[in-house]
Amino acid sequence: MKPTPIAVFLAFVVALFLILPLIAVVPVSFTPARFLSMPTDVWSLRHYQALLDNPAWLQSIWLSLRIGILSSVIATLLALMFSLGIWMFRPWFGSLLFGFVLLPMVAPPVVSAITLYFFLTTLSKMNDIVAYDTWVGVAVAHAVMIAPFAVVMITVALAQVDRRIDLAARGFGASVSQRVFKVILPNIKFGIFTAFFLSFVLSWEEIGVTLFITSVDAVTLPRMMWMGLRDNIDPAIAAISVILIGIVISVILVKTAVTFKLSRRT
Amino acid sequence: MKSDRLKPALLLSPLVLFLGLAYLVPFLGVMQWSVTLPEPGFGQYGKAVTDPLIQSVFFRTFRICLIVTVCAVAAAYTIAYVWVRGTPAQRLVTELCILIPFWISVLTRAFGWVALLSNRGLINTWLQAAGIISEPLTMVRNEFGVVLGMMHFLIPFAVFPIASAMRSLDERVFLAARGMGASRLRIFWSIFVPMTMPGILGAGLMVFVFALGFFITPAILGGGRSVMIAELIYLRLFQSPDWGLGAAISVILMLIVGALLILMLRLVRPNKMLG
Repeated sequence: MKPTPIAVFLAFVVALFLILPLIAVVPVSFTPARFLSMPTDVWSLRHYQALLDNPAWLQSIWLSLRIGILSSVIATLLALMFSLGIWMFRPWFGSLLFGFVLLPMVAPPVVSAITLYFFLTTLSKMNDIVAYDTWVGVAVAHAVMIAPFAVVMITVALAQVDRRIDLAARGFGASVSQRVFKVILPNIKFGIFTAFFLSFVLSWEEIGVTLFITSVDAVTLPRMMWMGLRDNIDPAIAAISVILIGIVISVILVKTAVTFKLSRRT
Repeated sequence: MKSDRLKPALLLSPLVLFLGLAYLVPFLGVMQWSVTLPEPGFGQYGKAVTDPLIQSVFFRTFRICLIVTVCAVAAAYTIAYVWVRGTPAQRLVTELCILIPFWISVLTRAFGWVALLSNRGLINTWLQAAGIISEPLTMVRNEFGVVLGMMHFLIPFAVFPIASAMRSLDERVFLAARGMGASRLRIFWSIFVPMTMPGILGAGLMVFVFALGFFITPAILGGGRSVMIAELIYLRLFQSPDWGLGAAISVILMLIVGALLILMLRLVRPNKMLG
């Protein structure tokens, strides 16, 4: 049963709705004016230049990169150990623990935000490193938020591993660490990489929690954009948005092309 | 024997301890705020339920979330239908239109709506240039903009459970219906829609739960005029420091979401939703 022309038309209206706001950003980023507007006669690159000239933008990008890497390393590592433990030993309280570690993913972001605000301001009284408005503090908070997603991704990858391989290794007398490093990990390499990549992207664009736990020092890229969006909208936001949209579209197009090529080969 | 018990614990405990210390204990701390600030007792909960301003914010939040859920699920159903059952070219185009927004950050997407709808944005500039309107239409900094922005954010999330429900259907059912003389429209409404109902309900509840805790999109596109519950918590915490009340509203929100999640687990089996 192929979709009727009316169904196809309606679907393309929805598709247009999804894509149109992303397209609207492009002309706005080339406006010569200092305020948000459409360019009329002249198209200008001044807002792209502003991204390079203002060190705050580059600093925030560098900060977001560091936070993204640290938080996704923590989250992926902890999630990997946890998922392995559940998969290999299948404890009777496993589903209870699984539900618990998914909490930050299902709780409303604003509740997680106030919770992590409480966590970091309490730690601030004891140390200066993992604290409110520091980059390590933000990375730890992000790790809390993204760990559930990493757990889901790695668990999905483990579900596709044939248990009999592990049983065979065990039967031949392999120790737990041999089973992990020589048998299981090589089979879920791709899943671990996906979990790490997703974790990084989630941290890179995290804003709901970041807004609560930073003020003036740890200004991540989303936080920087948020400040430019609130009052008088700075067209530099349009320029940085165009760059971010460009990166996402190229990654997705490359991935689609690769999958297409692979599917033709087989 | 002893090491057999120790090894699972060594693997499982780091994440559980980490989330226990960084999430569970602080959440209990927030609950403590809600009953001790500014004075001990359940006064803040009483205020959160009886204060007319907070009540109106709760009602507005429910109203907006309901509108957004219905519209987003309907739109997701339409695009998922072509994504699952269309020609290869149609599938590719719809897939890209679902995945590209999905991977772009909530801030960029909200800003896209500002660029599209604001007084000097794309739509108003074009309509004015075409001579259709003389004064710009006000489309952001109000509820209209909030609803559009939230729909845009939530449609891709709604597509996935619906599409997985559509993929799991048995094609022979439609052939049988066809053979017995049912029209296409009748097959769609009497067979296709009821059979994908678990996906629709799952997507609807998920969208509603997501929408309840929404903060960034309403804050940018609502411009402080149609404040929703999550933004109210932010304002209570940082603009009029009233931590006890902010914490109490958070706990209420958590309870509502928890109840909805339990309902969701009852209605749709989670393995069906993940596909």
